[in-house]
Amino acid sequence: MLYFALRRFLSALLVMFSISVLVFLIFFATPGVDPAARIAGRNADPATLAQVRHSFGLDRPLPVRYLLMMRHLLIDRDLESFVNRGSKVVPQIVQAMPVTLSLVIGAAVIWMTVGILMGTAAAALRGTAADPVIMLVGVVGVSLPAYWLGEVVNLLTQKRLHDSVFSWVPPPGYVELGQDPGQWALHLLFPWLTLALLYAGIYARLLRGEVVSALNEDYVRTARAKGLSERRILVRHALRCSLIPIVSLFGLDFGALVGGAALLTEVVFGLPGVGKLTFDALQNLDLPVIMGTVLYAAFFVVLANALVDILYARLDPRARHA
Amino acid sequence: MSTLTDQLAVPEARRRSPGPWRTAAADLSRNRSAVAAALVLLVVVTVALLAPLYADHIAHTNPFQSHVSGTTVVDGRTVPVLTPSSTGLGLGVTPIGPTWDFGHYFLGADNQGRDVMARLLYGGRTSLFIGVTAALLCCVVGTAVGVVAGYAGGVVDSVISRVLDVIWAFPVYLLAICLSVVLLTDGLSLGPVTVEAGSLWLPVVIIAAIYVPYVARPMRGQVLVLRNKEFIQASIGSGAPALRVMRREVLPNVLPTAIVFLPLMTALAMLTESALSFLSVGVQPPDASWGTIIEDGLGLLYTRPTVTIAPGLLIALTTAALNVLGDGVRDALDPSARLRGGV
Repeated sequence: MLYFALRRFLSALLVMFSISVLVFLIFFATPGVDPAARIAGRNADPATLAQVRHSFGLDRPLPVRYLLMMRHLLIDRDLESFVNRGSKVVPQIVQAMPVTLSLVIGAAVIWMTVGILMGTAAAALRGTAADPVIMLVGVVGVSLPAYWLGEVVNLLTQKRLHDSVFSWVPPPGYVELGQDPGQWALHLLFPWLTLALLYAGIYARLLRGEVVSALNEDYVRTARAKGLSERRILVRHALRCSLIPIVSLFGLDFGALVGGAALLTEVVFGLPGVGKLTFDALQNLDLPVIMGTVLYAAFFVVLANALVDILYARLDPRARHA
Repeated sequence: MSTLTDQLAVPEARRRSPGPWRTAAADLSRNRSAVAAALVLLVVVTVALLAPLYADHIAHTNPFQSHVSGTTVVDGRTVPVLTPSSTGLGLGVTPIGPTWDFGHYFLGADNQGRDVMARLLYGGRTSLFIGVTAALLCCVVGTAVGVVAGYAGGVVDSVISRVLDVIWAFPVYLLAICLSVVLLTDGLSLGPVTVEAGSLWLPVVIIAAIYVPYVARPMRGQVLVLRNKEFIQASIGSGAPALRVMRREVLPNVLPTAIVFLPLMTALAMLTESALSFLSVGVQPPDASWGTIIEDGLGLLYTRPTVTIAPGLLIALTTAALNVLGDGVRDALDPSARLRGGV
């Protein structure tokens, strides 16, 4: 088991390295793309271009540039933004992280609670009118564009119903948890609900499928034969086993969201998280910031993937040899 | 009078057996929600294809034509298409709202005075085109990569699998955004293939590329199982070249999976296209897609929400229909999925 975990982490490191090289190549070595021309702006004369190239170290060979960038990013942690000279990339990301984590953790609590309750209820009520309802909710969740849903929520809470039902909704923005926990939750409530709506349905649908197939297993029949109550069988036996795939899916989704999939939600609700930072950097083609946020994102996704694999191997020894 | 050999050649039961594809089609046509979804899609596609007809003969405009100082007649009164904003600093304009009259500005105008209904129909063509072609490209490439990796094994498999791992671990939106940001200004030139900056093919290629692992990985898994089956071993044993085995024996067996992926990938590609366009790194102006119209409506959200709401509803409707149809296709081609308890 330890060997498996070690090997998995080693391959995760390798994937991280490959991603950093890939991003670097996309921005610095795509044929016909000249980062110096981007930084210097339109119609820069050759002298300015040469000066920009030199001052940003763009006249050095590619591998040297890659190593320099990584050293400034990871070891010295003093990589500077190309656009706002003097502002450092790593502290910017560190500052934005709690916002993204607040958004994703809150939403995750909501969608897991709702998803598990709905999925279990749907499995208990299988074959009744609850089936099409759960299917509909699941399809709606995967079919709505996240940013559009956020816009519509903004329209309702900030304008259309702001004078009546939603007068208590604060304007879009973020308040730090340490500053005022009540305001923190209030500002994040609708972003949480929006993000959770996209996931709750699909989790409920998946869980229902898992529970229904678990209810056909032999060990459930044994439990029935022992005379256990239907509720105890559902919760203690069927649900428990069915949660394994849900938990592994959750690990992947959580990692992806912290890593940048929440970008659109952050942009729409004006939350200054890592996604928003990436978005602003992309608008300005601020390559060092993009490099930093993408590596940060890849770190979470790769870590989540590795943890899920290891957890799976712990629960199901057959997976260790796959 | 039939001879003995005739009778032996095609048994009666075999002659009547409709085959797996026919059975699946019949299954699908009995699935009411899948049929409803297919009808919804048919309507959306037809309406989008009729966009020039609407623009030329009903609304007498086109999706690119600005009417900055134009006027139109509503309820017998002449009103300007764009009204300068009277609140705040007096900057910006308020375009005309929905007239609910197909002849002019059915859904109002955007802040350049363009007819939103005309843009919506043309935008639908763009969104559907990108969604369908990206999904097709992704499924074709993903299937090819998966089949080759699974069948070849060894070093080829290791290399392909590691590359797929890296793309898989890369947050999809970030990868798409990175590629778009770089390629949108300069275009792409890879050997003989040149894609102009601002071309619709650029989002197609980017979206197809980022989702290749979604198709290739399960394909590879299936091929790994197939490879040990007797009929494949027999084909290899009888000296068939690898390409022939892959094409004649492996491919027909993984084709149903690729077909199941197609509607689901189209939905995913359309959602991604709209998100990229919303972030202004997808479809480039003056072309419209449903995502760019939502972006156009951003500044008008509180005054003219129809500009935002209408394209979003169409995206949701289309992707929901594609997902329901996809589930139906999966059930029809893989009846065991339904027996396993999927909704």
